[in-house]
Amino acid sequence: MTNNHPTPQVPGFTAEELVSKIGFCEQLKGGVVMDVVNVEQAQIAEEAGACAVMALERVPADIRKDGGVSRASDPDMIAAIQKAVSIPVMAKVRIGHFVEAQMLESMEVDCIDESEVLTPADEEFHIEKRPFKTPFVCGCRDLGEALRRINEGAAMIRTKGEAGTGNVVEAVHHMRALMSQIRSLRGQDAEVLAKRARELRVPTELVAWVAENQKLPVPNFSAGGVATPADASLMMQLGAESVFVGSGIFKSGNPVERANAIVRSVTHYQDPSVLVEVSKGLGEPMVGINIDTLPPDQRLANRGI
Amino acid sequence: MQANKQAAPVVGVLALQGDFADHQAALAACGLRTRQIRTASQLRGIDALVLPGGESTTMLKLLEVEGLWGPLGEALQRPIPILATCAGLILLAQHVENPSHDRKGQAKGSQESYGLLPLSVARNGYGRQFHSGTFELVSETLPKGTTGTFIRAPRITAVHGPCEVIAKRGNDPVLVRTGHVLAACFHPELTIGHPVTAMFAAMVTASARDSDDVAAEAQ
Repeated sequence: MTNNHPTPQVPGFTAEELVSKIGFCEQLKGGVVMDVVNVEQAQIAEEAGACAVMALERVPADIRKDGGVSRASDPDMIAAIQKAVSIPVMAKVRIGHFVEAQMLESMEVDCIDESEVLTPADEEFHIEKRPFKTPFVCGCRDLGEALRRINEGAAMIRTKGEAGTGNVVEAVHHMRALMSQIRSLRGQDAEVLAKRARELRVPTELVAWVAENQKLPVPNFSAGGVATPADASLMMQLGAESVFVGSGIFKSGNPVERANAIVRSVTHYQDPSVLVEVSKGLGEPMVGINIDTLPPDQRLANRGI
Repeated sequence: MQANKQAAPVVGVLALQGDFADHQAALAACGLRTRQIRTASQLRGIDALVLPGGESTTMLKLLEVEGLWGPLGEALQRPIPILATCAGLILLAQHVENPSHDRKGQAKGSQESYGLLPLSVARNGYGRQFHSGTFELVSETLPKGTTGTFIRAPRITAVHGPCEVIAKRGNDPVLVRTGHVLAACFHPELTIGHPVTAMFAAMVTASARDSDDVAAEAQ
């Protein structure tokens, strides 16, 4: 559990990628990455103690409401946020849209989220992420998705959850699936691991690494539906090393208070007395959506698997 | 206090945010015990202290709201070995050049810090993540070929007082020592067996031995 030391040999990663790409993601651990749509929100996030911001034009709740095709953000808006804050700035690209990623790398965005929240650009291929110098984060619902993304070069994984719903149930579902599938590999012999690797469509060495180390070879964060300090702590206690909060902060009644509270809840995720203290008088959380009421075509987590 | 004599020294690792777990693993590999520090009471009885990498603005915010700013400052004044890396170094530098303005556009003298190191630093002084990477260090003390991984690293722009420069990247000091404080712009914890963590472990062991001797003489 406590040994999160990046082991030098992770199949498919060079030593340099391990330390500088994955090393960057290690620095975000125990922190909160907040979705922001303008400079003012980015500054509120930084002041509240966010360890990074995700610059995007619309938070997932609005993407859901507005419908239509959702694409990478206006470079002007991302550049303004890069100028306004000193913490890392991340931005999203459509699944498979390697040109949007090339553009973000050229702008020196600190981390690229190849995200199911935007409308996928390629139904067959994710971005080949290794040639990029910029670290990528990708979503997953289970171990297979996580390892396929890592095999493509992702330096950080986040559970998908169901973004823009304010409902943590899917993030829990995905984190539990991931962790129990990791545990199920423990002590399995080479034949079983090779069979699992074929099923998951990833190299056997990667599955063997997870079986032996009992964790993903890259930081494992949580996203999609976190709306309260208790939600953030729940995901941390289930095994997340950090939390992305999308619509949950700036769609709530009191974003400043809520941002502060969620940052503290991640640091003190094991201390219920702190969670009680930070949860008092936070005002209205974002209005949630019950997943059962979402038609299948509006389920973002089903994209890019 | 007395009960701890002869036991392996305990290194407190500030665990508000950042790669504290990597530091714990590296320290454990050097034979040291570690304890995560999130509250003032956890600072009691530690024999050494590590301020890890992460985001310095996040750490400053949490130090303030947790009421840890004062107690940590007191712990830093004790003559125990301290290792500060990346964001940790920024927390100890006398002068932090940026951000130079707050969000309302008012000029700020310096980001708040403990001022233990007689240095000026520029946050992200080597550029954004795109410019992160592993670079060879120039040092007479460290083994030849030793490298350091710099991640959105702070850059030491001036040295104002007595400070031993142990390693440089090009012409910039990147590993310095002032009294009981060892500070690096890069991340020694990200590579197993990095000599910098070993150097710190030697400081911790020597310091624990000294305080045992003092205790023995006192008895």
